Amino acid sequence: MSLLRQRKPTGTSNATESDPNIYQEDDKKNKAASKDKNPKKQKSWSCIDSCCWLIGWICVTWWFLLFLYNAIPTSFNQYVTEAITGPVPDPPGVKLKKEGLTVKHPVVFVPGIVTGGLELWEGHQCADGLFRKRLWGGTFGEVYKRPLCWVEHMSLDNETGLDPSGIRVRPVSGLVAADYFAPGYFVWAVLIANLANIGYEEKNMYMAAYDWRLSFQNTEVRDQTLSRIKSNIELMVATNGGKKAVIIPHSMGVLYFLHFMKWVEAPAPMGGGGGPDWCAKHIKAVMNIGGPFLGVPKAVAGLFSAEAKDVAVARAITPGFLDHDLFPHQTLQHLMRMTRTWDSTMSMIPKGGDTIWGGLDWSPEECHSPSRKRQIANDTQIANENGSEVVVSQIKHVNYGRVISFGKDVVDAPSSEIERIDFRDAFKGQSVANSTCSEVWTEYHEMGYGGIKAVAEFKAYTAGLIIDLLHFVAPKMMARGDAHFSYGIAENLDNPEYQHYKYWSNPLETTLPTAPDMEIYSLYGVGLPTERAYVYKLTSAECGIPFQIDTSADDEDSCLKDGVYSVDGDETVPVLSAGFMCAKGWRGKTRFNPSGIRTYIREYDHSPPANLLEGRGTLSGNHVDIMGNFALIEDIIRVAAGATGEDLGGNQVYSDIFKWSEKINLQL
Amino acid sequence: MSLIRRRKQNETSRPTRSDPSSIDKEDDNKKKIPAKDQNAEEIALKKLRKWSCIDSCCWLIGSICVTWWFLLFLYNAIPASFNQYVTEAITGPVPDPPGVKLKKEGLTVKHPVVFVPGIVTGGLELWEGHQCAEGLFRKRLWGGTFGEVYKRPLCWVEHMSLDNETGLDPSGIRVRPVSGLVAADYFAPGYFVWAVLIANLARIGYEEKTMSMAAYDWRISFQNTEVRDQTLSRIKSNIELMVATNGGNKAVIIPHSMGVLYFLHFMKWVEAPAPMGGGGGPDWCAKHIKTVMNIGGPFLGVPKAVGGLFSAEAKDIAVIRATAPGFLDNDIFRLQTLQHVMRMTRTWDSTMSMLPKGGDTIWGGLDWSPEEGYTPSKRKQRNNDTQIANEDESEVVASQRKHVNFGRIISFGKDIAEAPSSQIDMIDFRGAVKGNSVANNTCRDVWTEYHEMGYEGIKAVAEYKAYTAESILDLLHFVAPKLMARGSAHFSYGIADNLDDPKYRHYKYWSNPLETTLPNAPDMEIFSMYGVGIPTERAYVYKLTPSADCYIPFQIDTSADDDDTPLKDGVYAVDGDETVPVLSAGFMCAKGWRGKTRFNPSGIRTYLREYEHSPPANLLEGRGTQSGAHVDIMGNFQLIEDIIRVAAGARGEDLGGDQVHSDIFKMSEKINLQLAALELKDKIDLVEMAFCPPVHIRSCQICWHAWRHARFPTNVDGRIGGQMPDFMV
Repeated sequence: MSLLRQRKPTGTSNATESDPNIYQEDDKKNKAASKDKNPKKQKSWSCIDSCCWLIGWICVTWWFLLFLYNAIPTSFNQYVTEAITGPVPDPPGVKLKKEGLTVKHPVVFVPGIVTGGLELWEGHQCADGLFRKRLWGGTFGEVYKRPLCWVEHMSLDNETGLDPSGIRVRPVSGLVAADYFAPGYFVWAVLIANLANIGYEEKNMYMAAYDWRLSFQNTEVRDQTLSRIKSNIELMVATNGGKKAVIIPHSMGVLYFLHFMKWVEAPAPMGGGGGPDWCAKHIKAVMNIGGPFLGVPKAVAGLFSAEAKDVAVARAITPGFLDHDLFPHQTLQHLMRMTRTWDSTMSMIPKGGDTIWGGLDWSPEECHSPSRKRQIANDTQIANENGSEVVVSQIKHVNYGRVISFGKDVVDAPSSEIERIDFRDAFKGQSVANSTCSEVWTEYHEMGYGGIKAVAEFKAYTAGLIIDLLHFVAPKMMARGDAHFSYGIAENLDNPEYQHYKYWSNPLETTLPTAPDMEIYSLYGVGLPTERAYVYKLTSAECGIPFQIDTSADDEDSCLKDGVYSVDGDETVPVLSAGFMCAKGWRGKTRFNPSGIRTYIREYDHSPPANLLEGRGTLSGNHVDIMGNFALIEDIIRVAAGATGEDLGGNQVYSDIFKWSEKINLQL
Repeated sequence: MSLIRRRKQNETSRPTRSDPSSIDKEDDNKKKIPAKDQNAEEIALKKLRKWSCIDSCCWLIGSICVTWWFLLFLYNAIPASFNQYVTEAITGPVPDPPGVKLKKEGLTVKHPVVFVPGIVTGGLELWEGHQCAEGLFRKRLWGGTFGEVYKRPLCWVEHMSLDNETGLDPSGIRVRPVSGLVAADYFAPGYFVWAVLIANLARIGYEEKTMSMAAYDWRISFQNTEVRDQTLSRIKSNIELMVATNGGNKAVIIPHSMGVLYFLHFMKWVEAPAPMGGGGGPDWCAKHIKTVMNIGGPFLGVPKAVGGLFSAEAKDIAVIRATAPGFLDNDIFRLQTLQHVMRMTRTWDSTMSMLPKGGDTIWGGLDWSPEEGYTPSKRKQRNNDTQIANEDESEVVASQRKHVNFGRIISFGKDIAEAPSSQIDMIDFRGAVKGNSVANNTCRDVWTEYHEMGYEGIKAVAEYKAYTAESILDLLHFVAPKLMARGSAHFSYGIADNLDDPKYRHYKYWSNPLETTLPNAPDMEIFSMYGVGIPTERAYVYKLTPSADCYIPFQIDTSADDDDTPLKDGVYAVDGDETVPVLSAGFMCAKGWRGKTRFNPSGIRTYLREYEHSPPANLLEGRGTQSGAHVDIMGNFQLIEDIIRVAAGARGEDLGGDQVHSDIFKMSEKINLQLAALELKDKIDLVEMAFCPPVHIRSCQICWHAWRHARFPTNVDGRIGGQMPDFMV
């Protein structure tokens, strides 16, 4: 430190000597100004001078701090944390290395929606100079610089769901595709680092990056991504002495991998032609993290009004852009137009209809606010709910089954009192204000007032009806969606129609592969309020999206807050969706799991980071932050190093998933 | 513009108002007090005109910052194509990049392409390291900004080195190649390698599913990349996948520099049976490869590698010197630094793949060399480059050229380099006693094998005086026994007598084109594409360094200079691409593999494509679009066009066959290499030859020549065949 201090004064004296340099380095205007002054005994401390002085000070201070920052050892952060909270436990990789675990099975990561990077390979004029630069992921610099150009390039063709002409945006490949979403915002990086501690490297870790905007089958049609994954898994199994792979899908990657497992065993023209025992030969375990097996209600709101709290993470990462004061609705509409061209979002619409998600008057879940269990509540929101929970021991009945209701009164009313006017045949009126809003076209404008009103008058929509609703408000999108996804429950799985690829990502309409030695895990966070149902209202906006979440709807007793009913989950995926298949649908030998693949549920109770230095925490249960959860990482490493589900201790459950699953009446 | 200026003034006036408060907030405590004082002074005592030294300093920095920001803003505000406008204004309209041009012609994606990067251009990243490398997990140690070279040089050297015994990872360190196109698109920010080619291919529709980078760890020997990382298996699987997903269109392989040798190795490996090879079967290459387009391939090695291994001094084989001059030429530790670098590079087995191959038959003996008479830049040359211009002038004067002994790759002293061989007193060094360690205790920190050699050994080396390509190997065995012990397990530098000999199934021969046959793939094509017109290192004049205590005892004698011969700064230069001499890059395709030879039994067609170097017209062009330099050629429009045409389906004939500027065919003629496959009778004759009295090398050479002319009066295709069998030498 003393050295540093000494250095600084010498620096300043140097600068004084080189004072005349000013003239050389200044631009002309400044030069003129200072020339005026210097000879004239520097009469007044002019405004430009003081400004320069100020900026100089700031710069010097900044550099000094930067220097100090660079001079402190990288582990400084850790020291401070340790000083505050006591010794930090070893990261799981280090800990397990001490236990003697080493590389055994190759691992494959399957990233989810929005976390994978996308880069530009061919673009229009406006995207000049962005060749092979990331449009999605990274710094998102282009979102700010040329938002309309960005939206244009990120959108897909509205008819085909593939590239618009002249634009090629492709997924980034390799581990860098999804290790960090944005600088400093890890997704897979922590897991990768911990696996590397026990000896993993790129030859036995593989990121199955795919274009998450496309429907699953289209990733194969356009990019041959599924073939690529197949070939890579085969290669890794072959070069690792025949040890089968451990697959780790996250979020939508879970559905993508379900699709893959059916694709790879299906015969060649539609499938990968790997033969009926491909999975048995190549896969040891599938460790699904936060898997929306049965969809997420959030996806409905996202598609219906572009309003889900964060399914389009875009809102979170670019609040300035989206909440821009001048054009809030136009922005939302642009966004909506863009996301509606992404077929993959439709893979997450709730599946299984009323049987799974509940009807007008019942639902498998109850509202005990998500944070009922022991909870180290630093978070005020959770604390509130915690407090209220003690009072309300006789829980109010909540109609979660009504995924969308219009008006709060409709939500609480018993079904017999709701007057519903069927919207399906309603006449779609003339385009609303087509001329003024032509630029930001969404399908609502084709619906007209009549259609919009009809939608609102139906009042309450259950999971089954949501599909019809979306068909009504977004016919083009759903036409594409129907070709690629299905949301029902199979009556008879042997029916040859289920050989079509559109059923492959719906666990209720496919069977698991014949691989009795395989294991399926469902790993997810619990203890966070998660969107489950919405209260909507009509807006009178001219050019706006005509529906909005009614944020005034609030209820302390039930789990209603800002127009959103929440249940237990990981903030994105409700427990029901993440856990049901492993808890009941696939448990033992069922018709969905004919070979009796063993399933395990591993829940991780959320607890927020103790202080800011911990970043996103090592005990988080949040949908994305869980990727840094030490307990989860430890489980994964153990399995990768050879453990089975039994070795981990079987199920680990905090929520009521088993109880709720019981309530669901599904033929098994 | 006016808008911008106005904004600036606004900005400048605003901070003045918030002057006192913002300073206080943003300063740290220490400076807060003086700052406050000064501010108070300013406000209260406005008449006190004390423009103190700190103030002026701040003022200076402030105005610099403002100017800087202003310029930065302008820079960001100008359109990206501004550069191009300026260039066009100066030099006239720039031609379309080849990708755009060929897209207009209607070319589209057909064959998948695979890039095989060369030495040093591939990125390496850290996966496991020692304490000192904390925080560098998955950061690039090689490639990128090289920030760590400056920050912690010793740590960096430690992590970049391999184990001196095994040539694999040292314990506790795992440095691995970066994968994907990013591995070698740019070597350092702004310094493209493959990026231009990739961008142009993308124009006609290529993307990652049809392009792949066969990145490998270029430090370890070729077979070890498979042993440690399974890289060869990975490449095989990738090519198979790309061929399968592209409707069975075979792949176009584009290796560069050492990647050429790596891919030769791969082609043998993939067809070899399973335990040692990839088990792809004898027709794998025929089924999967359309064309191999070698760029600047050092097929027969590069003399530069000798300089690099012998004294860590080659002009740039270790690009380190170029990228980190400040570090290497640090005044205090200059030679120690070189030694560190040498110790590091000597652990890299791959460098040995580039030692000159084929011995005296290819590279010339004491008194002859294939290149003599064909010195660089004899041809028409649009030279802006002063160096080339000089030589051009001198060339006119010296029409009766001095005889240059390129064959003596290393000579000690300029006089030796020029003397006729009969006058050189060569004292054999091979049996010399290696003395005690030189100054072992003082220099133990930077240990190199020279210290084990002792004074006697060093002296013995110098007294042998002149080394040809063959004795170079013995020399290296003498001065770096450990290195060469590892090397000879992985590489070989000879010429095969009989390619059917089962010993040639060993992997150490796979990267030497003179000891392997090409795969059986009559439809395949092999291109050799390289730049010409740049002086390229070919032979060195060395000197002993005086009183070498801790130093490397040999140094290139930079005082050796000769206007008449292409000797400059102790280095003899020939035509080439600045790294690889024409002979090495072109010989195999010009002669060794041309037609059906014993090295090319299925008659794979070969094409030579030479690209005349012409330096960039102005600075704005960057590294030029017509460069022939070893790496810059990757941005040569003509070369890119050739590649794109082939990738889109063209064959060698469609491109116009050979395109030759240099004297490669004449040089090749001078090389006496047997190309016709041996008949059984000839084999018996060769055995008889064993009884030819092996008195002295040269006399036996005469004996052999006489014998050859008697035995092979007529040769296949009129070519001069024949080769010295190993046992005679």
